[in-house]
Amino acid sequence: MNEHHIILPEGSIEKQTTTLNLGPTHPATHGVFQNIMELDGERVVSSEQTVGYIHRAFEKIAERRPLYQITPLTDRLNYCSSPINNMGWHLTCEKLLGVKTPKRVDYLRVIIMELSRIADHLICNSIVGVDAGAFTGFLYVMQYRELIYEIFEEVCGSRLTTNIGRIGGFERNFSNTAFTKLEKFLKEYPVALGELESLLKRNRIFMDRTIGGGPISAERALNYGFTGPNLRAAGVDYDVRVHSPYSSYEDFEFTVPVGKTGDNYDRFLVRSEEMWQSMHIIKQAYQKIQAFKGEEAEVYHANVPEYYLPKKEDVYTKMEALIWHFKIIMGEVDMPKGEVYHSVEGGNGELGFYLISDGGRTPFRLHFRRPCFIYYQAYPEMVKGSMLSDAILTMSSLNLIAGEMDA
Amino acid sequence: MAITNEYIQQKLTEKFGDAVYNFEENYGMLSFETFRENNLKLMQYLHDEPSLGFGFLTDLCGVNYPDNKGRELAVVYHLHNLQENVRIRFKVFTSIEDPDVFTASRLYAAADWMERETYDFYGVNFIGHHNLKRILNVDEMDYFPLRKEYPLEDQTRIDKDDEMFGRG
Repeated sequence: MNEHHIILPEGSIEKQTTTLNLGPTHPATHGVFQNIMELDGERVVSSEQTVGYIHRAFEKIAERRPLYQITPLTDRLNYCSSPINNMGWHLTCEKLLGVKTPKRVDYLRVIIMELSRIADHLICNSIVGVDAGAFTGFLYVMQYRELIYEIFEEVCGSRLTTNIGRIGGFERNFSNTAFTKLEKFLKEYPVALGELESLLKRNRIFMDRTIGGGPISAERALNYGFTGPNLRAAGVDYDVRVHSPYSSYEDFEFTVPVGKTGDNYDRFLVRSEEMWQSMHIIKQAYQKIQAFKGEEAEVYHANVPEYYLPKKEDVYTKMEALIWHFKIIMGEVDMPKGEVYHSVEGGNGELGFYLISDGGRTPFRLHFRRPCFIYYQAYPEMVKGSMLSDAILTMSSLNLIAGEMDA
Repeated sequence: MAITNEYIQQKLTEKFGDAVYNFEENYGMLSFETFRENNLKLMQYLHDEPSLGFGFLTDLCGVNYPDNKGRELAVVYHLHNLQENVRIRFKVFTSIEDPDVFTASRLYAAADWMERETYDFYGVNFIGHHNLKRILNVDEMDYFPLRKEYPLEDQTRIDKDDEMFGRG
């Protein structure tokens, strides 16, 4: 025990409020968060969050790892949308190393990133439904997330922590099966999303539970460093994909949905509309990919042998590939000196990578800007005065991911 | 008209003179340094001056440069002007014996936990912070783990009998 421990105040037995320890593992928190709430009846008077239960010191570990060994670390940040983290990291490396990627690679990346965004938002929105009392939607949409995971599996071999892609592109070209699965998803998913929306969007119970719950004004949201759907629900149209386009997002037509009040209902609507927009982007990207002809239609990585891991069969049969493979794996390819900040629009907001390189094989310092960690600070302000059950709803509607928060 | 890096540099030099220095452009982002006494004034000016309007704190983190005598610790701020979509970065250096920097948490609520994180990992003492305690590590920890003086475990060590983790 020391002065940092939370000690019950004097006379806490006689006091009129109840102290409730919610978490760190609790079925309603969907992750490892602890909240110590002071309740007056069912109303939240104040709350204090504790984070760090699954802190794994990624920033320290990354200081000893060559670039490719850091990709699996980024998987474990926001594990609902790992491919966005992987590609954000690879884009940061490409920015530092000055690698230009071909258009087809950009479009393939856009498809994967938007699929992960859908997977991310899908979980968040259906979980909001669960916390409002509608379990059906959550179970129902799981099979559509499964379709997305099957595409990931086809492209990179794994589903949740994907470790997808390489610096400069992908490890292999998309197979025909991947495109068939994508077509199947594009055909079937809009129906399911429409059903999820019609289950909740104009549902009297859901609207009564979410409208006005956990609101935040645009001004406070900006002050708290909100980004992503949570900031847009408060009415600020900031989207990294539009503001600082990466991976050729400037080639796509899409709208950025914004809300007004920043409450749970607006966050639900913004995420829902973003899924439709993501579908729209994926369709455009797929069309653009189909338009490539001849040799261009086979491009899936940039021509950068010093950073791009060669194919395994080439490593066994070609001297050149073997040398590059060895150099990359053993970390003998030095990075240029420099400092680079690159951000992508993650599932929860601006996911930033601040990389300082001193010219060695590993980063001198790598800092992740984790959107969850930054906006979870606003939670006590958002739930003050609301009912406990609405505070739970606010927590899931913020889409807090413990892995991202604790890094 | 979008504000340019030259314009920002000119405005800051006019206002702060020699207190802002080492201007450079890294991958398109203007970055510079300032004295640690000056960080709040600078941030307030960048926030309030209408022609600059850096009203969004994107990121705040610490860096340890062990070979930099007297300037071992740095606090790095990333600010963003959302209207014009311009980002800047500035650093404040401090010595490791006396790592005091003014807190930005009164200006940006977002800085609260970011500063706690920086304190947790680097031991930077943010003066005026209302609740400066560890956030991700355990409260009992008595060192600042991201400082370079604490190396990661040697991967080739063999003295550890640790069957549960695949050694020994």
